[in-house]
Amino acid sequence: TPLYLVNHGENGPVRCNRCKAYMCPFMQFIEGGRRYQCGFCNCVNDVPPFYFQHLDHMGRRLDHYEKPELSLGSYEFVATLDYCRKNKPPNPPAFIFMIDVSYSNIKNGLVKLICEELKTVLERLPKEEQEETSAIRVGFITYNKVLHFFNVKSNLAQPQMMVVTDVGEVFVPLLDGFLVNYQESQAVIHNLLDQIPEMFADSNENETVFAPVIQAGMEALKAAECPGKLFIFHSSLPTAEAPGKLKNRDDKKLINTDKEKTLFQPQTTGYESLAKDCVAHGCCVTLFLFPNQYVDVASLGLVPQLTGGTLYKYNNFQVQLDSQQFLNDLRSDIEKKIGFDAIMRVRTSTGFRATDFFGGIFMNNTTDVEMAAIDCDKAVTVEFKHDDKLGEDSGALIQCAVLYTTVSGQRRLRIHNLGLNCSSQLADVYKSCETDALINFFAKSAFKAVLHQPLKVIREILVNQTAHMLACYRKNCASPSATSQLILPDSMKVLPVYMNSLLKNCVLLGRPEISTDERAYQRQLVMTMGVADSQLFFYPQLLPIHTLDVKSTALPAAVRCSESRLSEEGIFLLANGLHMFLWLGVSSPPELIQGIFNVPSFAHVNTNMLTIVKQREQPEMLFRQFLVEDKGLYGGSSYVDFLCCVHKEICQLLN
Amino acid sequence: TMATYLEFIQQNEERDGVRFSWNVWPSSRLEATRMVVPLACLLTPLKERPDLPPVQYEPVLCSRPTCKAILNPLCQVDYRAKLWACNFCFQRNQFPPAYAGISEVNQPAELMPQFSTIEYMIQRGAQSPLIFLYVVDTCLEEDDLQALKESLQMSLSLLPPDALVGLITFGRMVQVHELSCEGISKSYVFRGTKDLTAKQIQDMLGLSKTAMPMQQARPAQPQEHPFASSRFLQPVHKIDMNLTDLLGELQRDPWPVTQGKRPLRSTGVALSIAVGLLEGTFPNTGARIMLFTGGPPTQGPGMVVGDELKVPIRSWHDIEKDNARFMKKATKHYEMLANRAATNGHCIDIYACALDQTGLLEMKCCTNLTGGHMVMGDSFNTSLFKQTFQRIFSKDFNGDFRMAFGATLDVKTSRELKIAGAIGPCVSLNVKGPCVSENELGVGGTSQWKICGLDSTSTLGIYFEVVNQHNAPVPQGGRGAIQFVTQYQHASTQRRVRVTTIARNWADAQSQLRHIEAAFDQEAAAVLMARLGVFRAESEEGPDVLRWLDRQLIRLFMFHLRRSPFLQVFNNSPDESSYYRHHFARQDLTQSLIMIQPILYSYSFHGPPEPVLLDSSSILADRILLMDTFFQIVIYLGETIAQWRKAGYQDMPEYENFKHLLQAPLDDAQEILQARFPMPRYINTEHGGSQARFLLSKVNPSQTHNNLYAWGQIPANTFITEFQETGAPILTDDVSLQVFMDHLKKLAVSSAS
Repeated sequence: TPLYLVNHGENGPVRCNRCKAYMCPFMQFIEGGRRYQCGFCNCVNDVPPFYFQHLDHMGRRLDHYEKPELSLGSYEFVATLDYCRKNKPPNPPAFIFMIDVSYSNIKNGLVKLICEELKTVLERLPKEEQEETSAIRVGFITYNKVLHFFNVKSNLAQPQMMVVTDVGEVFVPLLDGFLVNYQESQAVIHNLLDQIPEMFADSNENETVFAPVIQAGMEALKAAECPGKLFIFHSSLPTAEAPGKLKNRDDKKLINTDKEKTLFQPQTTGYESLAKDCVAHGCCVTLFLFPNQYVDVASLGLVPQLTGGTLYKYNNFQVQLDSQQFLNDLRSDIEKKIGFDAIMRVRTSTGFRATDFFGGIFMNNTTDVEMAAIDCDKAVTVEFKHDDKLGEDSGALIQCAVLYTTVSGQRRLRIHNLGLNCSSQLADVYKSCETDALINFFAKSAFKAVLHQPLKVIREILVNQTAHMLACYRKNCASPSATSQLILPDSMKVLPVYMNSLLKNCVLLGRPEISTDERAYQRQLVMTMGVADSQLFFYPQLLPIHTLDVKSTALPAAVRCSESRLSEEGIFLLANGLHMFLWLGVSSPPELIQGIFNVPSFAHVNTNMLTIVKQREQPEMLFRQFLVEDKGLYGGSSYVDFLCCVHKEICQLLN
Repeated sequence: TMATYLEFIQQNEERDGVRFSWNVWPSSRLEATRMVVPLACLLTPLKERPDLPPVQYEPVLCSRPTCKAILNPLCQVDYRAKLWACNFCFQRNQFPPAYAGISEVNQPAELMPQFSTIEYMIQRGAQSPLIFLYVVDTCLEEDDLQALKESLQMSLSLLPPDALVGLITFGRMVQVHELSCEGISKSYVFRGTKDLTAKQIQDMLGLSKTAMPMQQARPAQPQEHPFASSRFLQPVHKIDMNLTDLLGELQRDPWPVTQGKRPLRSTGVALSIAVGLLEGTFPNTGARIMLFTGGPPTQGPGMVVGDELKVPIRSWHDIEKDNARFMKKATKHYEMLANRAATNGHCIDIYACALDQTGLLEMKCCTNLTGGHMVMGDSFNTSLFKQTFQRIFSKDFNGDFRMAFGATLDVKTSRELKIAGAIGPCVSLNVKGPCVSENELGVGGTSQWKICGLDSTSTLGIYFEVVNQHNAPVPQGGRGAIQFVTQYQHASTQRRVRVTTIARNWADAQSQLRHIEAAFDQEAAAVLMARLGVFRAESEEGPDVLRWLDRQLIRLFMFHLRRSPFLQVFNNSPDESSYYRHHFARQDLTQSLIMIQPILYSYSFHGPPEPVLLDSSSILADRILLMDTFFQIVIYLGETIAQWRKAGYQDMPEYENFKHLLQAPLDDAQEILQARFPMPRYINTEHGGSQARFLLSKVNPSQTHNNLYAWGQIPANTFITEFQETGAPILTDDVSLQVFMDHLKKLAVSSAS
């Protein structure tokens, strides 16, 4: 259900004069309702006349339950012009589709696939619940080493192509007719999408540019004075002479050296300043990559990451095999709920404060979290630190406010409030711990540190922190027992197994068999993940399909990710949110094989589909690395070994 | 002898397209200098000669490497030994084998005296098609753009089918349109503010890339059909439908123009790209860039005025006060482009139609250095523009366009003469040689000039210096000779060479002054001096030029020249001055004379139309006047005539003769309008009409309000009757011819004493 929307008209939301916190259930009304005390900074404010309401005998406003901002944890305000750029109401956002039409993309049919798909998916642009059609305007650019803009104005018989070859200083060659309403220009757009694959059919241009493509999209949004999202479909290292030009600097020899961090850093500083410009203009970049070799994801992915976009990567893309996955990703990415040109502020009551932020964000200062866009799949992880004592009776209050533009161009404020209990008893603290959130935080902070510190040091810190947490519990909360015994708090009993999985992730544990791009990709992916996603990502779900009760809708209980849980007679589905495998035991029941694959036996199953893995066959190696409790094939300890290691650390700490 | 010289001059002009200031030459430097008017000629290199079909072979050249003069009727020939002596350097040359059969009775054409002008057709080398690159301003009013689009569409039907055509449009951005593509129309877009080098432009248009693999594949013939690779220049027959549609769909520049601003017009970059495109695709091939613009360049390199409307475009006043911010930089930009175009043999036309100035002052070098046309009008939606534009594509007696491309003019002289320079639509090729003088008149220091665009009326003034020393007299009966060799690309795409060889007698100025005087061509001298004056006016400050001219007095003509828009900037914008001067520096003698001293015809019941003095005394109530200033045709009805017309006499059968009288100047005007390029402004006015100012400003103010009053307080009511007999007073402070002459006489006497 959508959040309640509070509209105070021209007055705008009521805010504390001192700390600027928004009206929320933590505000205490006093003096008969004429004033209120801020729960965050304790400042006493006058209630604005339009907002005045009498208090009841409990000291609560009579309209307490009528106003979402007084009675609910989350709600939205309609923002006034003060909250808009240049004090002007924003224009509805735009989506710009930018297709790499270099030789390989034409040849493998990708361009045709994208163009075909766009014809249908554009019908489903996100819109406001109550609206008939989407307010989002669309634009199209194709490119190789030069950029082609298209005029798709509804009154044209044919689309018009405008080529911009000045990639060194890219600009927008047209205003009118570039961003259009899809419904109005449908005929011209379909005409264009039909022609694009043919138009470049004879092209043998291999070289591409990349930064100018983003620049062009951003300039187009800037010129149209609207926020928006770029959908870039790209497949190669941008080697053409232009800003952001990259060279192949992949070097596996750097693994396990102090210079390994450079593999995760962008090659040039240009991409970061480009990202900054994008954020400043509300331009979110989503990148679909189709690499056949090293394309330098660390560089190409930087703008998508810092602008709240998503990076998709399809290695060695083949239309027949991989279309479905790509098209599903594309559809859901276009359709998903999204807000633009966002700025987030986290306010806390006294005693603690937000100190660090992780996610698809850009920060120009230490408090304002800027996001070109934020969609329903993106999470920002916030680290809080004490800066004083917290009172047990007042608790710890957090208010997160996100100012953003909706898909129809309305400026809104989304407010989340959270009140947490405080305790002087460590045991209580341990009891309320959530391991999944911890792992999310550790993963993001470690993956952020990857840019600056040697991986070995980061791994040591993670092990050390795990040991510290457990040792602290042992020292302060656990009943006395033999030192040789490992004691885990109930709420943290899965911490070691998750932590071990994190430590074995290819980002933190490099090895030559894993491509540099894949590591950069996973690093970036995790940085925007929410708690549930990261939990699944680090500890995949392993489902014994053979035990599935087809009459019930319930899935079978997941089993632990270890080879010991597999059985020759079983069929198991493994998924981590990114990859999915179907593992077939050599003695899988033929009736199940028949039911799933429509072939008589295990031997007949065609494994051309990448995700099907047969026991004792070569592709099983790939599958095995997801059995995170086992010893890694290329290093990384088993769960048991890790436990021993942590235990040893704890013992050392206790002594 | 007067009559014979007149005939001689006329014959020479008809046959050779040459008019010399002196037709008998003073035989020493000293004497020549005393003559004041330099030895010079007006040369119309491609004067139309329907009676002169080109010969189908190549000219025979003098074998001396520094001479290379072409065999001509003045050469001494030894028919038996098959030798000929060059009349310029006296080198003895063997005839080529093809001439084995020649004899006194079997002479090749080039040796016959009547072929002092001859044209050769060169068969060698690949023929390249005619190339037309339209550069179109889209910051026009809707009506103007529509009219221009229609004119351009119409022009496609006039081009030969294999001519190559290209289209560049500009406003805030510059678009180079690809013409070969089917389906989606495609254009390359450039920022209008960024100056690009030729190399950058060619890279960005993908011209350098396509050329490379071709060269690798066939290193032996890199030049074979270089034009096949250009997507931007396509044969008319292939793309005329496409281009007609494209022109039809052309929209006004879509970028918003806010109140109080001029549209952003990137003329400088558009021209730069046009020049760069041709430079990369068709160097050293004739081509025509045709710029159509409706306002001044307002951004980027070559901008002439900012986009703030409250700041007006520079005036002469601003220029004199050194207050024209952009002028120098813009001029430099266009000069650079003009020189590059000229180097490649491409000419640039400017068709500027707007009510205000469009920056012709800054852009004039584009046309002036390349031999392009400059046309100035109020709107593209006028017959002045439409017909002028159509006239560009008019055909000659052979059905070929009246345009030639990429010409080089090579001048060779006898030893007694040297070449001082040329004034006309040309650039120097910087070819030094023994016959090049150190003293420059016009564009000097060379014996060769490039004329990228020319037609049958394009005329150059060529100035010489007599270098023979006084103490080394030319033998009695000696003749000096000059050869003009014009190599060019004919409209039929053939390469041709036209050779004109002339000779004139030398005479000793002391003993034979009468001869020299008799052979003086006053008209040619006037035009040649005027060209020098205008050339100086373009490069120096105004008053100095007038003083110089005053010193070089030539009676009547110079009085009018002094008042003409070629030298006077008063009442003219810098653009207008540039426009007038442009045409003055290229028209032939007859047209030039009209420009200097407009022609005035008077129509009345007293007899047939007669030429009358360009004087206010000619403005009479019962006359109709027709004035031709070259740029304007004015028909002016005297007061009585105007009243009669108002009363409608011309519609009454009994006054049919009045109807005929009204019609006669109209018919004569039509005749002029038909032939003139560019179309003159056609003004039909009458006594008291506001447009009468065009006439009044030209006539000699023999009666002004000043001297009228001085004659003695005539009562106001008798004024009118008085004028009917004595003409009309002109409200001006300009001096009349009489005053001018009196002053000159005084000066002449005082300087003599």
